[in-house]
Amino acid sequence: MVNEASQQSSVPVQKRQMADYLNPEVRNIKPSGIRRFFDLVSTRKDVITLGVGEPDFVTPWHVREAAVMSLERGKTQYTSNAGMPELRDAICNYLDNSFQVQYDADKEVIVTIGGSEAIDLALRALITPGDEILIPEPCYISYSPITTLSGGVSVGIETYAKDQFKLTAESLKKAITPRSKILILCYPSNPTGGIMTYEDWLPIAKLVEENDLIVISDEIYAELTYGTKHVSFASLPGMKDRTVLVSGFAKAFAMTGWRLGYACGHPDIIAAMLKIHQYTVMCAPTMAQYAALEALTNGLEEKDRMIESYNQRRRIVVQGFREIGLECHEPQGAFYAFPSIQSTGLTSEEFAQRLLEEANVAAVPGDVFGLGGEGHLRCSYATSVANLSEAIERMGQFVYKLKNS
Amino acid sequence: MNMTGISDFQLKVLALLQEDARMKPELIATMLDVAVEEVKEAIAALEQNNVIVKYATIVNWSKMHDEKVTALIEVQITPERGRGFDRIAEQIYLYPEVQSLYLMSGAYDLQVEIEGRSLKEVASFVSNKLSTIEAVLSTKTYFILKKYKQDGIIFEEHESDHRMMVSP
Repeated sequence: MVNEASQQSSVPVQKRQMADYLNPEVRNIKPSGIRRFFDLVSTRKDVITLGVGEPDFVTPWHVREAAVMSLERGKTQYTSNAGMPELRDAICNYLDNSFQVQYDADKEVIVTIGGSEAIDLALRALITPGDEILIPEPCYISYSPITTLSGGVSVGIETYAKDQFKLTAESLKKAITPRSKILILCYPSNPTGGIMTYEDWLPIAKLVEENDLIVISDEIYAELTYGTKHVSFASLPGMKDRTVLVSGFAKAFAMTGWRLGYACGHPDIIAAMLKIHQYTVMCAPTMAQYAALEALTNGLEEKDRMIESYNQRRRIVVQGFREIGLECHEPQGAFYAFPSIQSTGLTSEEFAQRLLEEANVAAVPGDVFGLGGEGHLRCSYATSVANLSEAIERMGQFVYKLKNS
Repeated sequence: MNMTGISDFQLKVLALLQEDARMKPELIATMLDVAVEEVKEAIAALEQNNVIVKYATIVNWSKMHDEKVTALIEVQITPERGRGFDRIAEQIYLYPEVQSLYLMSGAYDLQVEIEGRSLKEVASFVSNKLSTIEAVLSTKTYFILKKYKQDGIIFEEHESDHRMMVSP
C-alpha cells in the first residue's frame, strides 16, 4: 500500500537542505561577536579576563537561603503570570524610594525572566513590521537582533567618547524619521559606562514628546553609578506613560544566573506584554522570585557595599589605562571602562586578539557593540584588585611594545 | 569624624587593609580617590594610636601537617575588689600559650584560647598554670577539632569564580 501511494505522487518533492527549514530572519542574524571571542579565550590558560559582563560577587547568602527555604516549604508551583503580588509590591516600593517613579503593582508591573525577556516582550508588543527603532550605540548586543526578529528596522545612533558616550539631542534629531516609533535607551551604559544626568535627559525627553515616540529604557545598571545618582527616564516630567522601564536583579544584587527582571509601564503596554509572556513562559521561576523578594527586603545594605567596591576598582582601571597610554573617558556607571586603543594603530579586533595571544589578557573588542565601538575595548572591572593590577601591568607592557616597535 | 575620633576615610582605609594588609598606599589612594600622602598619614596615625595593632598573617596550620592543638577554655573567676577582672586577665594573657582572651557575658567570665604542641601540653597548662591562679574557680576545656573559618576567612578551598570568561 505504501509503495503504491508513493508511486502515485507525480510531482517529486524538492528536498530541503536543513538550513532551508530555518526562518530566513533567524538565519540571517549574525552570531554575537562576543560568542566568537569567547571561543577564542576558552582555548587558553592563565588568562586574566576583563571580559566578564557580570558581578564578581556571589549572590548574598541570605538571598540564596531564601530560595532554599522556599523550596523546603514546597513553593514549587507557578505564580501568577505577572509575578507574585508581594514581589510586585516590593518592586514598586523600591522604584519609588530609589528613583522616584510610582507604579501600580496590579496593572503596571510584570516580572520577567531577566531584563532580557522584558526587552523582547516590549519590542514584540510594540513593533509593527517596518517601524524604525532608534538605538544609541555602542550598546548592549541584543537590541538590534530582537528588533529585526520582530520585523522592526533598527537605526543606530552613534555616540562618542568626546561626549562621554551620552546621547545628544542633535544626533537623535538627525536619526528621527516619520517611521520612527521606539527609542531604546541603556544608561548607565554597557559597554561604555556612560550615564545621563537630569540635564542631559531633558532635551531628549522633549524630542520624544515632539515626535510621539515610545521609549524602552533598559536601566539594569541603575544602581551602579558613581558620584551621581541615576535618573530614571520614566521619572522625567511627562515621560512615565511613554516609557517601558526595564530592569532586574542581576547587576545590583549579583543575581545574574537567577534570570529575574521586570518591566514597568503603561497598563495597556504591560497587558500586551503579559499576553506574550503568559503564552511563552507562563511566569518567572518561583524560587527566583522568592530570592528577589528577599534581596529587596533585606539586601539593600549589601548592595551598597558592592557598589562602593566597584567604585574603588573603577578608579584603579581608569588611572591604570591612562598611565599606560590609553585614552579613557571617565565611566560614571555600570562596571565597564571603555578605553580607546586608537593610539596603537590597531583595530579593536586586532588589539583584542593580540592582547590575548601576547599578554594573556581578555577584553571585548568594542566593535561588537555597534556604531562608535570600533577603536575601543570593553574592560569589565568586576574582578579582583589583584587581577586588575596584573592585567594593567600586562597591558602596559603590551602597549609599550606596540608603540615602540 | 564620628564620636571615636575615627573618620570615615580612616574606616575605609582600615577596611581595605583588613582585607589585604600588604596593599600599597599608592593603590589605596587610587581606590579612595585621595592623595597618597593622606593615606600614609592616616595609616601612621592609626598605627600610632594602636588602632592598627599589627600586620599579621592568617595561617592554615593544618595544611602544614602541624600537630598543634588548640583548645577553648571557659574560666570562672572571682573578680577583685576595685580592679574587677583586669589584673587576673593580665596574669593569664601574659602566658605565650594564650592566643586570645575575652571577657564574656553569661555563664562564665573569661574565654581563653590556648595553643600547644600536644594534648598533654594543653592539659598541663590548664592544671599547672591556669587552675592554680587563686581567683580561678573553675575551668572547662574544649578542644578544637577543625577550623573552618577564622577572622572572617574561610579555610576550605573552593573555586571562587564560576563565571564564564567572556559574557555580554
